Amino acid sequence: MPPGDDVVLRVENLVKHFPLKGRIPFTSGGVVKAVDGVSFDLRRGETLGVVGESGCGKSTLARMLVGLEQPTSGAVRFGESVVHTAKGRELRALRRRIQIVLQDPYTSLNPRRTIREILLQPFEIHPDVLDRRRRIDRIRDLLDLVGLDPDLHLDRYPHQFSGGQRQRIGIARALALQPDVIVCDEPVSALDVSVQAQVVNLLERLQEELGVAYVFIAHDLSVVRHISDRVAVMYLGKLVETGPEASLYDTPRHPYTSALLSAVPVPEPAGRGQRQRILLAGDPPSPVDPPSGCRFRTRCWQATETCATTEPPLAAGVHPVACHFPLAA
Amino acid sequence: MTLLEIDDLRVAFPGPSGPVNAVNGVSLKVDPGQTLAILGESGSGKSVTAQAVMGILDTPPARISGAVRLHGRELLTLPRKQRDRISGEEIGMVFQDAMAALNPVFTVGHQIMEVLRVRRGMSRADARRRAVELVDRVRIPAAKDRIRDYPHQFSGGMRQRIMIALAICLEPDLLIADEPTTALDVTVQAQVMELLAEIQRDSGMGLLLITHDLGVVAEVADDVAVMYAGRIVERGTVEQIFDGPAHPYTEGLLASMPRVDRRDDVLYAIPGAPPNPARLPAGCPFHLRCPRATDECRTVLPPLEVLPANRASACHHHEEVLGATRR
Ligand SMILES: Nc1ncnc2c1ncn2[C@@H]1O[C@H](COP(=O)(O)OP(=O)(O)OP(=O)(O)O)[C@@H](O)[C@H]1O
Ligand SMILES: Nc1ncnc2c1ncn2[C@@H]1O[C@H](COP(=O)(O)OP(=O)(O)OP(=O)(O)O)[C@@H](O)[C@H]1O
Ligand code: SF4
Ligand code: SF4
Ligand SMILES: [Mg+2]
Ligand SMILES: [Mg+2]
Repeated sequence: MPPGDDVVLRVENLVKHFPLKGRIPFTSGGVVKAVDGVSFDLRRGETLGVVGESGCGKSTLARMLVGLEQPTSGAVRFGESVVHTAKGRELRALRRRIQIVLQDPYTSLNPRRTIREILLQPFEIHPDVLDRRRRIDRIRDLLDLVGLDPDLHLDRYPHQFSGGQRQRIGIARALALQPDVIVCDEPVSALDVSVQAQVVNLLERLQEELGVAYVFIAHDLSVVRHISDRVAVMYLGKLVETGPEASLYDTPRHPYTSALLSAVPVPEPAGRGQRQRILLAGDPPSPVDPPSGCRFRTRCWQATETCATTEPPLAAGVHPVACHFPLAA
Repeated sequence: MTLLEIDDLRVAFPGPSGPVNAVNGVSLKVDPGQTLAILGESGSGKSVTAQAVMGILDTPPARISGAVRLHGRELLTLPRKQRDRISGEEIGMVFQDAMAALNPVFTVGHQIMEVLRVRRGMSRADARRRAVELVDRVRIPAAKDRIRDYPHQFSGGMRQRIMIALAICLEPDLLIADEPTTALDVTVQAQVMELLAEIQRDSGMGLLLITHDLGVVAEVADDVAVMYAGRIVERGTVEQIFDGPAHPYTEGLLASMPRVDRRDDVLYAIPGAPPNPARLPAGCPFHLRCPRATDECRTVLPPLEVLPANRASACHHHEEVLGATRR
């Protein structure tokens, strides 16, 4: 079923299992369950924040949303199209409409191309978007928009920029074709807080002006709170809680969300050492062999027998949680 | 004695329109057991400063001047071999990207053991025992088995801890950590920072911490240095800096921070862009973006001036700033 009017991207039970190449004894033939059944709708002009443990599958999810990774099963729908079965003209249209800004500013830009070439490239792939003569003006505007100086920076190479500057170039590239959806995988984590504020304000302004929707992945929960309308919390390949920004931050219902929020460092030296922090026991379990029942149970202070045998589903609703014993509001 | 002392460090790279002055006269000190955090604009020269201390900048193209002293001994003028030995044994370094720092084709145990065997002349068996201890020290469960795994078989947070194990394996006096937790979630971040603090308590290791995360700085730093356009524009204790900055750039930085306990409509952001290091403006490098700029600021470069309580600010109007920001 194609998504309705205001839904721009529909994610249906998305799964990505990476086969293990038999390097690790006992588990050869197994799979890394990087993303294991994720569903959500992204509405036009909305920002969905995605947070979660390092390695829980956020980047893998992001890559599937834009068609860079083939899902094991499930689907990403954009209008009438399905992202990874589209071909030819349909695929090219999708590529233009759904863009990505990557996590790593060090490897996401081709080191042998100047900034001018990097920013002109999207127009070479989609020449019908803008007349050739107007492209230089557009990329100068884009650089301006992200706080770089076109006169100085156009003919430099990526290695001549700091990490933060490179990240802004990546954002300019994603904006070039005026997409409907931009998947941002930690777009501001390499930036200082003032540049971060500029970029976040910029993304918000573009959203107001152009109606672009964002999937915004980050580890900084303050930034996610600021930019998101809704937030999804991921743990070991699954969504464990989703909800409107205020409701999720002020009354988290999943124990993992609550632990995550309690670990956010507070920028007030005076309160050092006095904060109540929920320390999670141990490390995240291996995505090759996730725990039975609730995947969080090996680290959850509330776990019972039921948690080991029965997997808690993520129910429908405004602020659903996948837990047998959700925290009280 | 001061552990690390940097004096008027300057680093320039050749650029198409003249030299790019990435570091422009940086002076700072780190005492044993102390944590100095360096904050600053993206591109202000934090990583280049760290690379110069570590001795990992290629010269040429980079041109370095000034002094970098470890335990009072000048490093910049040492012959290459001696320099490498010191930065290898007495200074450890942790980067943001553990995947790039670890060699993907060797097991993590092999990589730690190699360092111990080459630098310490340990036997295979001793090096293996020590590697297990170190990996256990950074709280990787089942260290004995895990040292036989390759870097890609660990999660991001675990890899970061492996890199710390590698960085501390020779018990360095100084650890330089360049955005060590930027790629980690907050729970793992808290674990990594706690681990570093514990190592510091046990061994008196000094920590030079480069980060954009003001929350982390507030939680772990003793002292803070703020960089802008290749210079230190303010330094002080962490309380001094957070409770009442004495430089408009620091003031703007703190004001730009989003909060986790509420949502603001629009974030404050310092207007404009940082100056091009190849063409710094006359006067104060911040004047084009500074709400407090006066004529003096446009012509006279403010030196880093020591203020009462041993803090310092490079601003002509530091008194006015302090008056406005102090709580
Ligand atoms: N190409 C691949 N082959 C095998 N395993 C992979 C591959 N890509 C990712 N993985 C594994 O899938 C899991 C999810 O990785 P992913 O990069 O999506 O996590 P993440 O949530 O983005 O983490 P981080 O916050 O550290 O960026 C991890 O266990 C990772 O090791
Ligand atoms: N190898 C190089 N060649 C030429 N210029 C360089 C080189 N390395 C860094 N630069 C320039 O030196 C300046 C300082 O860079 P540096 O990487 O130290 O910034 P930073 O403060 O660490 O920034 P970020 O917070 O974004 O990591 C930047 O303008 C950068 O473009
Ligand atoms: S289902 Fe059980 S183990 Fe899982 S989060 Fe809820 S209480 Fe904890
Ligand atoms: S010297 Fe002048 S321009 Fe520079 S920071 Fe101070 S007030 Fe602003
Ligand atoms: Mg990721
Ligand atoms: Mg840097």
